[in-house]
Amino acid sequence: MNCQKNNILCLIVAVLMLALSLPVHASEGGDGKIDVQEIVMGHTGDSHEWHITTINGHHISIPLPVIIMDNSGTWHCFSSSRFHETEGGKYNGFFIPAEGENNGKVCEIINGKEQKVKIDISLTKNVVQLWIIVLLMLFIFIGCARWYRNKKADDDAPKGFVGFIEMFVMMVNDDIIKACIGEKHYRRYAPYLLTAFFFIFLSNLIGLVPIFPGGANLTGNLAVTLVLALFTFLAINIFGNKEYWLDIFWPKVPVWLKCPVPMMPVIELFGIFTKPFALMVRLFANIFAGHAIVLSLTCVIFITCQLGAAIGAGLSTVSVVMMIFMDCLELLVAFIQAYVFTMLSAVFIGLAHQEEHEE
Amino acid sequence: MPSFLTPDPGLLFWMLIAFLVVFVLLAKYGFPIITGMVEKRKQYIDESLASAREANEKLANIKAECQSLLQEAQARQSQILSEATQTSNQIVADAKDKAQEEAARIIQDARRQIQAESERAQREIRSQVADLSIQVASKILSRELKHQDEQERWIDQVLSQIE
Repeated sequence: MNCQKNNILCLIVAVLMLALSLPVHASEGGDGKIDVQEIVMGHTGDSHEWHITTINGHHISIPLPVIIMDNSGTWHCFSSSRFHETEGGKYNGFFIPAEGENNGKVCEIINGKEQKVKIDISLTKNVVQLWIIVLLMLFIFIGCARWYRNKKADDDAPKGFVGFIEMFVMMVNDDIIKACIGEKHYRRYAPYLLTAFFFIFLSNLIGLVPIFPGGANLTGNLAVTLVLALFTFLAINIFGNKEYWLDIFWPKVPVWLKCPVPMMPVIELFGIFTKPFALMVRLFANIFAGHAIVLSLTCVIFITCQLGAAIGAGLSTVSVVMMIFMDCLELLVAFIQAYVFTMLSAVFIGLAHQEEHEE
Repeated sequence: MPSFLTPDPGLLFWMLIAFLVVFVLLAKYGFPIITGMVEKRKQYIDESLASAREANEKLANIKAECQSLLQEAQARQSQILSEATQTSNQIVADAKDKAQEEAARIIQDARRQIQAESERAQREIRSQVADLSIQVASKILSRELKHQDEQERWIDQVLSQIE
């Protein structure tokens, strides 16, 4: 058992080092210097191809479809591998600048100026990762739900994987959603909050896997957390009851705080937007920071190795230990952030369903 | 502003679609089925527990009823037994009484009969004695009547003796 554990640990270290070391070669400039910022930003950001590894300076990546509408209003759809076919990385007038303001975005030259295409709904790395997670979720939960077909209440409870998923779902359902919204109203919101929880949790976990089909920094992307926060915002405000709106526009504070100058109502109204905004930023920042720290620690290995073998070996050991620690911490954070997002959403929804104030 | 702080419209678009798809599908075919089934099972377990408790109570009731029935039967049995003893005693006593009465009656009858017999016998003896005495008398008379005056004297004497 102990030996097996050690083997697994070695394997993890090897995979981590392998997976995180390879892109570094790609980022080494002609002068052999390592651009840490580029590595970190490149790996936490989005891209039009799914980079897997680089062997002898030759990139191996999965080309992804590019779907764009150029500035004249025509749609184009082609594989991102086309960019590598020509010397200048141009295809049909489109190219992806490696630096500058439009770094990583599909651009075209209009009137001699570099300009982004009008609409870009390409299936980027994050989008593909997104759909992988969606399919995984559908597979897991609809698969589990199918298990219940032809089952009656007096049949045995499920065992194994279905039992585990059932337990997990009921944990979220009972301990987070029901506890925070309240017995009376929670049923309407449970599907949304469960979906959000498992979406965030799975995205966080898969984001930690360093190789395909994982590794995209999905929940550490502001667009993703923005949509999640938007749904929470809608869930809170669409079904908010009379007491909720009364609390915002005519809160129970001394009259001078709300009558000639509506100070409290303005603050409360502002609060409607800050709550989901906080959710959005919290999730994004936690996951982004986690990825950035792990990547930075990886870079330490290569920077110190350039300084000399002895320093490199010493600091690399420290760095690997730190990386393993950070990855374990990120596993914890993956769950905690999903939990926090769901719990706070549930609390805010619960606040929008308060009964008469208890003084 | 760094690129990671500006949400990418393309990803925003796909995220919106993907999340809506997964939400709609799971809200329809996923989570409600799982939570619903668990709730149904919970309800079933609660009902089973309630019915088990009820059955236990019923069992206890039945046991108590049995106990009371048994006690009642025992009481009844002892009552019947005592009644039977009483009745038999009564019957024996009655029979004794009757027998005594009968015996007394029989004895009385016998006594009366004996008395009657003895009376009859007395009467017979008396009549026989009278006959005999008459015969004796007549015989004596027939012999003695020769002496008139002596006879008369004797008759007088006898009469006075009788009276």
